[in-house]
Amino acid sequence: MCVDEFCIDVLDKGKNVKSVFHLLVASCVFLLSSLTYAESDLAIEITQGIDEPTPVAVVPFSWNGSFALKEDIAKIVSADLGRTGLFKMMNRENMLSFPTQQDQVYYRDWRVSKTEFLVIGRQIPAEGKQIKVEFELYDVLKEKRLLAERVSGTQDNMRDIAHYISDMIYQKLTGIRGAFSTRIVYVTAQQFGEGKVNYRLKMADSDGARPITIRQQSEPLMSPAWARDGSKLAYVSFESGKPAIYIQYLATGKREKIQSFRGLNGAPAWSPDGNKLAIVLSKDGNPEVYILDLRSRSLARITHHYGIDTEPSWSPDGQSLIFTSDRGGQPQIYRIHLPTRQLERVTYEGNYNSRGRLTQDGRFLAMVHRGMDNVFHIAVQDLKTGRLDVLTDTYLDESPTIAPNGSIILYATQKGVKGVLGGVTLDGSVRFILPAVSGDVREPAWSPYLQ
Amino acid sequence: MRASNVTKAVALALSVAWVAGCSTSGSSSNTGETAGSNNGSTQGVNQGSGVSGSSMSDVANLQTVFYFDFDKSVVKANGFSDLEKHAAFLAANPAAQVVLEGHADERGTREYNMALGERRAKAVSRFLQVNGASGSQIETVSFGEEKPQILGHSESSWSQNRRVELKYVSR
Repeated sequence: MCVDEFCIDVLDKGKNVKSVFHLLVASCVFLLSSLTYAESDLAIEITQGIDEPTPVAVVPFSWNGSFALKEDIAKIVSADLGRTGLFKMMNRENMLSFPTQQDQVYYRDWRVSKTEFLVIGRQIPAEGKQIKVEFELYDVLKEKRLLAERVSGTQDNMRDIAHYISDMIYQKLTGIRGAFSTRIVYVTAQQFGEGKVNYRLKMADSDGARPITIRQQSEPLMSPAWARDGSKLAYVSFESGKPAIYIQYLATGKREKIQSFRGLNGAPAWSPDGNKLAIVLSKDGNPEVYILDLRSRSLARITHHYGIDTEPSWSPDGQSLIFTSDRGGQPQIYRIHLPTRQLERVTYEGNYNSRGRLTQDGRFLAMVHRGMDNVFHIAVQDLKTGRLDVLTDTYLDESPTIAPNGSIILYATQKGVKGVLGGVTLDGSVRFILPAVSGDVREPAWSPYLQ
Repeated sequence: MRASNVTKAVALALSVAWVAGCSTSGSSSNTGETAGSNNGSTQGVNQGSGVSGSSMSDVANLQTVFYFDFDKSVVKANGFSDLEKHAAFLAANPAAQVVLEGHADERGTREYNMALGERRAKAVSRFLQVNGASGSQIETVSFGEEKPQILGHSESSWSQNRRVELKYVSR
């Protein structure tokens, strides 16, 4: 039952390469989604523009099947690319024509409307409710086809096909691997009745679509963290009345409570190799960062200070941890090099910097930052130059999480009286909100690449 | 004995110093506390349960929710008197036990607020111990910002959410 694959044929002659993608994690999500398939909770809403994005047009894909399609692939692809801030997506009503084949593409028309890249596609019914989707990417100025591929799927994974197409186009145009075929998890809290709250751990596509509940309980749930292989999460749950760290396997839903200590048990962060968890325990009197080796179950204490040390996060090479400490009087971000235990303070600007997360190249540090205005925003510090940029202008921003390709930061913020998820590109050029239909949304965590 | 007296003196001195330092927080937190004490989780007493009557009713009427300033974990002076009475009750009733639940307001990051909630609960725990309660009678647990008393995004809500709730498990 847990089988869901789609094939990609390269249409270009002479390169008859066939490859099959097994979207392992994705297929397990489908399994779950059949149980609790919900209407899309979150719909993207762009709230901020950019200076010079590259103009791209994604023409509606043709469809000659006998049944109506559930999803509009061209629309999803267009939205995916638009959110990165790198592209200016052309509205359909401005298109002079809707080509779906190469011989219908008139470059001059697209040049007139200042389009630099063009995406066209066809959806073709195939045996057994399968749908073949063929798409092509054109460079309008060079009058050249850059990509032509065929993807097969069904009605149920049209969104996966769309994100796959977005990934291919993004990679072709930027040279950077796309991160649209990834997922996010987040926590929602929904009040029902006097003092009763339903806490849910949800998983959705990277664009917020297709949310499913993977855990619900009546006690708080916090700090979800992905293992680097995308197969499991660690999080903090109060289901026993006290905070404890659990590991949940996504494929089976099976859970495991890791050894719990007196006091705080929190802020789990997986090491890049997946064998260790950095955690925070206060068993020795005050919050300290420890590393738990998941194979030997041995525990190593990393920080030694009477202040608060918390929110550890690994550097991509696994050689150091960044963490929040108030040892200087206010929360600031520090880095400890694990082999030498050498400690360095990383942030200086602002009176509250916490919950740092590094990009995969280790160069940029996203964090919660409070500056002169005493309002909490998301900021990014370039660790090479030391420059800090405040990226958001919303209110009570927290929990930044970075797409695995470093393109977008998702974070939790407030809209009206509700907690919602916001997104911002790393350069702050595009901001958007994923409004929630119900409940209070918090603590997004972006998955690694899934494959 | 000598050591504990010194500890007590230092703790009190520090508390007073901190309170002096933080006294500028002004009227909003005062109103917050007044309102908060109405919402406090004071537990009723089941008459005739066999425990000494006078001390029970004393404890039942005491303040059980204690408030804090932003990013601070210093017990405020207006909680001293009732906390001393809780401590005296615990000292007189070695079988009595309390849980101190530490909370933070929604500002700042969640795990940092977990740490802050614990620090607040421990500050109250230390106060009780300095005043005669035994450490074995006290358990602390932090809920960070996860269980606000009042939902809302202004100081009037926040001031009531930065709190430690003292709950008797047994008396």
